[in-house]
Amino acid sequence: MIETSGLRKSYRTGRRGRTTTVDAVAGLDLHVAEGEIFGLLGPNGAGKTTTLRMLATLLPPDGGAATVAGADLFASPAEVRRSIGYVAQGGGTWDEVTAREELVLQARMHGLGKAEAQARAAAAVDSFDLAEYADRPCRGYSGGQRRRLDLALGVVHRPAVLFLDEPTSGLDPAARARLWAEVRRLRDAGTTVFLTTHYLDEADALCDRIAIVDGGTLVAEGTPAELKRSIAGEVVTVGVAEPHLAPKAAEVLTTQECVRGAEVRPDGTLRLSVDTGESAMPQVMRALAGAGIATATIALHRPTLDDVFLARTGRSLEES
Amino acid sequence: MKSLRDTWLVFQRHLLLMARSPLQIFLGVAQPVVYLALFAPLLKPALASMGAGTMADAYRIYVPGMLVALALGGGLYVGFGLLAELGSGVIERARVTPVSRVALLLGRSLRDVVVLAVQAAVIIVLAIPLGLLVRVPDLLLAYLLLALISLTSSAVSYGLALKVGNPDVLGQLVNNLAQPLMLLSGTLLPLALAPLWLRRVSDWNPFSWAVTGMRELFAGHPGDPAVWRSLALMAAVALAALLWSARRFARTVR
Repeated sequence: MIETSGLRKSYRTGRRGRTTTVDAVAGLDLHVAEGEIFGLLGPNGAGKTTTLRMLATLLPPDGGAATVAGADLFASPAEVRRSIGYVAQGGGTWDEVTAREELVLQARMHGLGKAEAQARAAAAVDSFDLAEYADRPCRGYSGGQRRRLDLALGVVHRPAVLFLDEPTSGLDPAARARLWAEVRRLRDAGTTVFLTTHYLDEADALCDRIAIVDGGTLVAEGTPAELKRSIAGEVVTVGVAEPHLAPKAAEVLTTQECVRGAEVRPDGTLRLSVDTGESAMPQVMRALAGAGIATATIALHRPTLDDVFLARTGRSLEES
Repeated sequence: MKSLRDTWLVFQRHLLLMARSPLQIFLGVAQPVVYLALFAPLLKPALASMGAGTMADAYRIYVPGMLVALALGGGLYVGFGLLAELGSGVIERARVTPVSRVALLLGRSLRDVVVLAVQAAVIIVLAIPLGLLVRVPDLLLAYLLLALISLTSSAVSYGLALKVGNPDVLGQLVNNLAQPLMLLSGTLLPLALAPLWLRRVSDWNPFSWAVTGMRELFAGHPGDPAVWRSLALMAAVALAALLWSARRFARTVR
């Protein structure tokens, strides 16, 4: 449904005479199948939003090739627009008008006639459960209500592909779970969903397939399960008895042959990527004892998507 | 055809937004009333140079100029609304639809014309008991001229808003544009008071021509050459402004 190859976008920054070029997206190859929820996962500044905005025809790409819903993004963006819906990170509604009026206008901007647009708006009000406040001005909506309206606006014309930029950013857990359910429902009805997220749990629980990006390039692509399985190694977490020694412990452990990466987490524990946990744990304890650092806890974990990111980039997604 | 339909859509939405903001309507109407009330005491002595012997004469000279000033000055500030819309994401929402880009400009500008028409009606009705006299055919021509001025100023304002993208810069720019254009059109102060070189400069200001044409209409001289000249000139200027701004919309909002 979406194919890109070598998709590129760079920005020029700085003042006259001293401009530097930043590659926001540096040659991205993506393949999104029909009817799946595809997530672009990465830290802030990884090029997620730039990629999504290019595919949604909002930003002209600098190079590469891409087709969306069978239309060439470079040659005929107008044709792409006929098959897509887009929900921006901050949404976009006028405060003074009601959800129903917004839905009718959006359907009409997509070329539908008045009666048809009103019918679509009524259907959207029902299916997104907006009836309670659909005839009140948008000004008074809660974050979750507004987000459901944004989603309804994105699909009121029944597009083949829906683009969502950080769909649950800033929502409380209940509103978030509800939005996930709406997105799954759209997928089950045949819509292809392309979203960006920097939440690991969102990528893991909501997306059928994900592409991990960092610095504008693809780091890994696959189903969440495949990606986690691809981590040949395992994760060992270590709690040191005196937390202020944690940075020193990390330093000591990175010199160990069995440790591929070590980082201190915000709670003061250490996270180590290792090949095999069973053999690494005694070595880790021995190395720490040799450096005079007492170990309080040590545990072996199944890899998470953050471990995938750490293994491929040497940094943790949660902290970048 | 599609552009017309889309223009109607955008126009309807912006009229609705206006109708839902009572304070904005109130302030929009209050502004010209305040102008009328505050400038009135100064009128007669100031306009004596233009042959105003009575208060009624003074109003017949002052009100047409003020209508032009309102169309020009009011229109130049509409770009701020567009900047707010850019920030809120509603423009982006329109951009991913196939809606006509020209319609996004025209629908907004036509709403601005309607707002001006209402403001002008309030002023004219209030000025009639003060001595303003105008025949209906002349008034219709005056409205046509006002609509062309309003289309020009709002199209320029939207285009500038898209070009500079920053409300602070836009504010400075609009002030720097509006003040000399108003002064050099003799809308508020008569150009008869100006030295010769300033009057020569004002010959190059299309709004100065518009003011002259407007005054002839309110003086009951629709056949004066200044009338058709000002209509033709403002039609050309409005067309140029719309084309320029439409290009900015097509490029920025592609």
